[in-house]
Amino acid sequence: MARHPRSRIGRSPSGIQRQGVPIISTMIGSMTPILPVIATAPVMPPWGLLVLLAWRMLHRNFWPVWMGLPLGFFDDMFSGQPLGSAMMLWTLALLGLDLLDRRMIWRDFRQEWAIAGALIVAILLVQLLISYTNGGATNPLFLVPQIAISVLAFPLVALGCAALDLWRLR
Amino acid sequence: MAPPSPRRPGFSRRAHYSLFASYVAALIGALVGLLLMVTARFDPAGHAALQGFLADIFAPVSSAGRGTGAAIGSAFDDVGAYFDAASKNREMKLELEAARRDLIKGKADALEVRRLKQLAALVERLPEGRVTARLVSSTGASSRRIAILAAGRADGVVSGQPVRTADGLVGRVIAVGRHSAHVLLMIDGGNIVPVKRVPDGAPALAYGLGDGRLDLRPLAAGTNPFNVGDIFVTSGTGGVYQPGIPVAIGIRHNREGTIGRPLADPSRFDFAVVEPEFAIPPPSPPEPGGKARQ
Repeated sequence: MARHPRSRIGRSPSGIQRQGVPIISTMIGSMTPILPVIATAPVMPPWGLLVLLAWRMLHRNFWPVWMGLPLGFFDDMFSGQPLGSAMMLWTLALLGLDLLDRRMIWRDFRQEWAIAGALIVAILLVQLLISYTNGGATNPLFLVPQIAISVLAFPLVALGCAALDLWRLR
Repeated sequence: MAPPSPRRPGFSRRAHYSLFASYVAALIGALVGLLLMVTARFDPAGHAALQGFLADIFAPVSSAGRGTGAAIGSAFDDVGAYFDAASKNREMKLELEAARRDLIKGKADALEVRRLKQLAALVERLPEGRVTARLVSSTGASSRRIAILAAGRADGVVSGQPVRTADGLVGRVIAVGRHSAHVLLMIDGGNIVPVKRVPDGAPALAYGLGDGRLDLRPLAAGTNPFNVGDIFVTSGTGGVYQPGIPVAIGIRHNREGTIGRPLADPSRFDFAVVEPEFAIPPPSPPEPGGKARQ
């Protein structure tokens, strides 16, 4: 051993690192539509939403319930959905999770996954309804692959968030 | 025992109030989101300005990566050609594509000439302000098919203009930022393009299906005269799209219409041309007379 690592006793990570990592990772998830890929069908999972739900599952009391507003606003900037849709849906999802926390206090990961999956399906379908009101007319069946990919991708995102969380609290 | 939660703040009145305030803020925020959506329905321009601002910032990022994306796409093609056991295959495909493009163009031109001979009254406004730019990214997670074009108001792009590549029609500009524009792809579920079949000019409407294909509905009700392999070009009906831009090739025959594949493959888009809106000039105004003249 060349050097003894610096002691971390009595040292806490800066507020920016503690508070900023979840917010910034969610924003980066929302920014995936700027990737240089032109999709012919809705197949990309809504990464921003997945990251948001993963953080919420990891630390249920970390964010105030209105946190869906600024993050949803940012997501709307890139997602192609009308402005305000993710603002409303993400906030409602966080409110719903808050209500659920009063009923199901102890949850294991499979239950979290099921809850997150249900929220993802519901939000994708409502987003489709919203795009109908704005002139879109996509068949709901074409969303099936996207829904499947999103639900299956959730554990991976949760794993990534947990790794980030370890780093965040170093 | 369950861990103590800040959502159940014991007897602290201050904590109760701040918790209550956060719920009120969330609910009001959700309502504001709903209102924003409703206003987006009735006033798209203001919202497009806001969303265009961020697209402006990030379009160069996507643009820089787009070359890589296209390279990866063509790398898959190369592997595919290897498995077809013939490197010539690819060349021939390219040749065939070029030939087909020319053939479509020739057929469309022939039809156009015949039609123009019949009604010489129609005068096309010649394209003046064409803009060529890169299509950089698209909304992969949304059910809308919107792509970002790396050219905006500063380059002369105007909302409503049609966008095309050498292969065919891409879509239509729906919102313009300063250096970027949102293009509603032709394959979006909400997009309709008036088209005609190339050899005989049978009119149809091409509806986007939202999954990369088009539904080609004949205007004549009852039967479906279209077949697999039929090629459709824009008819220019109603303005906006110049007549004769290749749109789709029929791939499946239905009772009510034909499913088509767009001739301009959206995943392969690189450079696109924004054309001025095609306008059929209005009939010459009648001589001013009577009350108008004083």
